Amino acid sequence: MRDEAQVVFSELPRGNRSYWVISVKRLLRKKLGVLCLSIIFLMYGAGVLSPLVTPYEYNDQNLNEAKQGPSLSHPFGTDRLGRDILTRIIYGLRTTVIITVITLITGSLVLGISLGLVAGYFGKLYDTVIMRVGEVTSAFPEIFLVLIFIATIKPPITDWVRGLEDTLGISIVELGVADYLVLSLALAIFSWFGMARLVRGQVLQARENQYVEAARSIGVSSPGVLFRHVLPNIMGPIIVLVSAGLAGVAGSEVFLSFLGIGVQPPTPSLGLMIFENASISVLRTNPHLLLFPVGTLTLLLFTFNLLGDAVNDAFNPRAR
Amino acid sequence: MGPYIVRRLIWLPAILLIVSFITFALGRFGPGDPVEVLMGQHSNPQVVERIREQQGLNDNIFVQYGRYIRNVTKGDFGESFKYRGRTVGELLKKKMWVSAQLNIAALLISVGLGVPIGLFAAMKQGTGWDTVAVAITLVGQSVPIFLTAPGLLLIFALKLDVLPTHGWGGFFSPEIILPAIAMGVPGIAIIARLTRASTMDVVSQDYVRTARAKGLPESMVRNRHILRNSLIPVVTTLGFSLASLAFTSFIVERFFGIPGVGNLLIESVFSRDFPVINAIVLIGTTLFVMANLVVDLIYPVMDPRIRMGAGQVA
Repeated sequence: MRDEAQVVFSELPRGNRSYWVISVKRLLRKKLGVLCLSIIFLMYGAGVLSPLVTPYEYNDQNLNEAKQGPSLSHPFGTDRLGRDILTRIIYGLRTTVIITVITLITGSLVLGISLGLVAGYFGKLYDTVIMRVGEVTSAFPEIFLVLIFIATIKPPITDWVRGLEDTLGISIVELGVADYLVLSLALAIFSWFGMARLVRGQVLQARENQYVEAARSIGVSSPGVLFRHVLPNIMGPIIVLVSAGLAGVAGSEVFLSFLGIGVQPPTPSLGLMIFENASISVLRTNPHLLLFPVGTLTLLLFTFNLLGDAVNDAFNPRAR
Repeated sequence: MGPYIVRRLIWLPAILLIVSFITFALGRFGPGDPVEVLMGQHSNPQVVERIREQQGLNDNIFVQYGRYIRNVTKGDFGESFKYRGRTVGELLKKKMWVSAQLNIAALLISVGLGVPIGLFAAMKQGTGWDTVAVAITLVGQSVPIFLTAPGLLLIFALKLDVLPTHGWGGFFSPEIILPAIAMGVPGIAIIARLTRASTMDVVSQDYVRTARAKGLPESMVRNRHILRNSLIPVVTTLGFSLASLAFTSFIVERFFGIPGVGNLLIESVFSRDFPVINAIVLIGTTLFVMANLVVDLIYPVMDPRIRMGAGQVA
């Protein structure tokens, strides 16, 4: 009997793994999906490896070569201080990589998923409190709260990073660590609710399934049920939501840096580069100063949006 | 319907109270004591203490907040820290009006162009026109304002030299055209896509076939049966469109040198001018929540099938 059952079981496709294999295969079968993935991979790779792949340093100034158009030695030209624009764009992408990754991990993945799991699984008071807080934070334009939040927490966090620098003896303030921390924190605090709502809804559905009942009946603990049985079964929608949210996070960083409250100079950021050159006189005399960063940003956001659609098609069981 | 409105109307001030309290408390407990900001580095401790007492800054935070709210309901947002001697209301009035005009113009463009494009695409469904319209709206939706604004400037102001590039001259001046279009583009795309989808949905409904079968003139079928129903989802997005417009308004004001509220807000964040920040956040939030409320209330008027009631939390 037992052998038979085992044979039957081993012949069945492993539900979880096959879902992943099927979904990823479906994504890779689409030319557009592969194209988007490669562009993002390229941009993120360049951002992560920025010190290695850039021909210059982002602060290398050469006033003799200021405001030059594109040439062989400077493919995207130079800015008003003679800094290589391609180098600064790649370092700007590093900022984008850091902010999107930190924000998504802390906000969506850690805060959003855990709060959503708690709200959906334990229900009652937890559910009420978490959902009401989320509704209030999403009831008004988040930009205002992010603004005021940054205005308030930036000085203490900068001080803290300075203190850390003194005790550790390495210079980290120059790298813009404080800016990254403040920005990601502000964005994460106001971006967890979408994920929490989705996870809660999924958990409410999943907890009615027999495998959850079975797991509980053999004495699996609540965290065990949540992380071993419920979470793997709702990963599909989570991935779809994360990929759909990438453009929003990247755009927010650029927006806040553009307004002057995000990343501070000299740390390069696409938003800062656009801000510095957002004037009619630059457009009239040196349009490349503005158009290359804007073009990069447009390509990035466009790719994120298309990738979000492709991932949705591939991972959403209902879209099959 | 009745209890729903009542609940929404109770919820509205509750949200505003929470928001205003958060901003108020952040301003009080955040770094940079208001009086020290006001007095600068070399202040006399006795004078500081006297001002604190005078302004009631030594009171309990809730007492201070209560006083603030009482003044706000009378239209008094206090005095700016940075521009000494000028009230916040005075500072904001002109700039808010400028930003409001710009936002309204952008919204008009979004709706005025988006709805016809969507209807056109839906009527020409399956033809090349439809494909073109869908492609354009897809691109329009994901093009960032950072590209639209300089792009429009390059084409219309520099190359063609037909429109002014800078400044502000009121609602009916040529200066408003480019910034309003730049702000309106994403809205046009979103509204056109939505209109197209909902029109295609409505066209295939039974009641449209019935209306045609009754022999109603085509114009009546279109205006009464199709248009009215296909615009319902569009109306619901208007509230959200307003919020995202406020977003882009900051950027556009910068590109086109418009003396709106965006620059004032940034300036106040830098100089920790909390009375101004609080006022802008409070007014902005009120407008946003009100817009969504109005949209929700229009909804059942447009579609009597929708009944507001149990199960729907504000």
